[in-house]
Order: sequence, then structure tokens, then C-alpha cells
Amino acid sequence: MSDMKLTLKVWRQAGPSAPGAFKSYPASANEHMSFLEMLDVVNEDLQEQGEEPIAFDHDCREGICGSCSLVINGSPHGPKGGVTTCQLHMRSFKNGDEIVIEPWRAKSFPVLRDLVVDRSPLDRIIAAGGFISVPTGAPPDGNAIPVAKEDSDRAMDAAACIGCGACVAACPNASAMLFTSAKVVHLSLMPQGQPERNRRVLAMVNAMDEEGFGGCTNYGECQAACPKEISVENIALMNREFLRATLHDRDGAPRVAGTM
Amino acid sequence: MNRFRALWQSVIGKKIAMAGSGLILVGFLISHMASNVLVFVDPAKLDAYAEWLHGFGGLLWVARGGLLFFLLVHILAAYQLTQIARAARPTGYHAVDYRVSTYAARTMRWGGVLIAVFLVYHILHFTTGTLHPDFHPGEVGRNVIEGMQVTWTAAFYAITMVSIGAHFWHGIWSVFQTLGLNHPAWNSTRVTVATALTLLVAGGFLSIPVAALLGLLP
Repeated sequence: MSDMKLTLKVWRQAGPSAPGAFKSYPASANEHMSFLEMLDVVNEDLQEQGEEPIAFDHDCREGICGSCSLVINGSPHGPKGGVTTCQLHMRSFKNGDEIVIEPWRAKSFPVLRDLVVDRSPLDRIIAAGGFISVPTGAPPDGNAIPVAKEDSDRAMDAAACIGCGACVAACPNASAMLFTSAKVVHLSLMPQGQPERNRRVLAMVNAMDEEGFGGCTNYGECQAACPKEISVENIALMNREFLRATLHDRDGAPRVAGTM
Repeated sequence: MNRFRALWQSVIGKKIAMAGSGLILVGFLISHMASNVLVFVDPAKLDAYAEWLHGFGGLLWVARGGLLFFLLVHILAAYQLTQIARAARPTGYHAVDYRVSTYAARTMRWGGVLIAVFLVYHILHFTTGTLHPDFHPGEVGRNVIEGMQVTWTAAFYAITMVSIGAHFWHGIWSVFQTLGLNHPAWNSTRVTVATALTLLVAGGFLSIPVAALLGLLP
């Protein structure tokens, strides 16, 4: 077990409208600690000194809840790729490193405190159409609806999205298209998703635009940052779904007046 | 028409407009490049080609109007998407670490501005002759060869052609993605098509100012 001494440069901001600034803190860690455990130790020290601990989001600490965030040295969820911040271990860093820790940056994700941002815009995109409507009653027999293995695999890959928002944080346009497309494609591939297929993509893309996210310019940074390795193929499929639904849906596209 | 309006009002629709108009401009550039390299064969053939085009009279103006329209759609969509993207990230990062994005992708916007400036110069140079040192209407081959003798002009053309190449490469690859043409079996082909078209078109355009700079033009 090798101990390392680090310098953290952390974004501190007392509240949504308070001005923020970077503050440096010394930190010590061993290579087996997760990134969040390293921060826990820093916070314990801060509390002992009577200072406000660094606020950051976390919950399950096993990479499935989508709570933890943090842009670490310019990369959402840190340098490793394919993991969340809570799964990032200190062995990814070297003794003496300076680590810059920032919140997700997007107009739609206002900072609430320090490294905690409000990600409810993603919830509102889901609420707009990321569901299926089913009549209640007795549960259907298992495997009563045939689904091709290929389709179910692709739907599962898209459904792996945990909604952490790293795609928005990584995108130079602060676009939420990887997130939205994962949700759209997941349901569009399944038989259960067919009845609301057109309306879903129209409503979710509309909600995405209304929340003020940017557009996709095919940088690919979202896919590289995604802890669940969601593919940008989903963005292409969502574009296709959206074009099809706009031209073909009988009710027409629900748009909000006043947009460009 | 409401459907097209609905498309234009969404970020994805603007991207589709950008891709569609871009494709038409790509088609124009392919024919433009193919005719330009006639200067290597015989400058008189370039004159004959220009005369043939002018023979269409009114139709030529329809084509010019169409190209201008799609160019304006392309620029307007780019401008609005840039505004939306800038507004979406008012506060940037202190540390920036691009992992996979290419230089071509990150220079699409300023590259586009450079191409627009070039286009104005190019029309004043070879179409109206306003900025040409010794312009002879109708003698296209001669105008090209003499125009390219000015070193800074040839250098500006060469630099812009490299920039167009980068814009072209990312743009063509992106067209597939924006129009939803993505399939694991074909994705590497998309990049091959973009690279081949870029080498052909940007390379063809680039050959003229480079040949002029090396003194190889007839």
C-alpha cells in the first residue's frame, strides 16, 4: 500500500447565486481508496478544523445510481473511461499530482453548492415521454411477446444509461443528445414501445430543446466520458426516429411557440 | 409546410438542414473541382467549359440562386446552433481535456467563417475580376494562371483549401450521423467515404495553388 500526497483544486460555491472560486486543499490517499473516499477523508479534516466540508453528490457508490459526478482534470468521472467517479480508484493518480475538481458545467445544470448541480432537466426529459403506457391487469406471460435477441441486446445497451449527465458535462456544446437518444432508442427497439413511438421521440426532443441544451456536432466526447459506454450510434438512431416522426406522425410535432 | 417548420424549430431539424444543404454544396464542389483541374490539361478547355456553362443563360442563374439559397441555409443553421451551444455552457471548465474529438471537429465553426470570407474574395477575384491584377472576361484559364502568379494569393488559396478539407471531412462523416445512417457494418465505410472525397476534392483544389507556388502551372 503506497501513500500519496496530492493537491486538490476544488470549486467552492456557497449557493446557487453566490460567486464561486477554486480553493486548494492538501490530500493524502492510498491507491486502494476510491475517489469519493479520498474526498471523505478531506471532508473529515475540514470538519475537524471547523470548515464547511466540500459538497458533492453520491449515493450507491457502486456505479449504478448515477448520483456521483465531478469533472476531474477536465474529464467527467475522471480519466479512466467506462467508470463513475465512485468506481475511480486513486491508483489512477500519482504521488504529487494536482487534481482539479469542477462541477458539471451547463446552463441547464445550475450549481446548487460546490460540486452539486441540479440535474432535474434530465428527469423532465424522461417525464415527457421516456415511458410506456400499459393497461393494468394480470401480468402477461413471460416471453409472450417475441423480441429478436439482437434488438433486446441493443435495447439493454441503451438502457444501461444511469442518467448521470456526464455526456452533457463532456460535450463542448453541453448537448444532452446522448442521454435523450439512449432513452428514445431503448424503447423504440422494444415491441412495448411501438404504440407511443412517434409521440415519444417528438415529446422528448422537444423537452430536451426547451431545457436549453446544445446540439450535437459529432465530437464524440460524450461516448468517451459515459460510464456505461453508451454509443453515439443512439444519437444517429434518434435523429432518424425524430425525422421519421416529424414527417409521418398524424397529429404532427408538438412544438412550443417562441423557439427559433 | 408546418412539418418543415417544426423540423427547423428543433436542434435536430437544424442539423438535418445543415446536412442536406451541405450535401448539395459537396455536389457543387465536386463538379467545380473537376472542371478546375482542366487547367492542367489545357487552359483553353477551361475557357470552353465556362462558355458552355454560360450557354445555359437563365438556367445558370437558377442554379446560382439555388446554391446561394442552400449556402445561406447552411450558414443560418450553423449560426443558430452555435448560439444555442454557447448559451448552453455559459461557464467553461478550468481544466480542458479533449479525449477523442478531432481538430477538424473543433474547427468547424471558425473554419466555416474562413471559407465564407474566402468565398467573397474568390468571387471578386475570378468571377467579377474586381480584385484580379489583370482580368480578361471569358479567358478563364489565363485569369487562373495569371491570378495564381501572385504569391500571397496562391498561399491564401492553399491555406483555405486545407481548411475546406478539414471542414469537408468532418462534415461528410457527420452527414451520415445526422441523417441517422449508422450501422456497425457500415460505420468504417462512412469514414472511408469522407476521407476519399476529401482527398479528391480538397486535393484537386489544392493542386492548383500549390502548382502555381512551385512554378508548375503552364
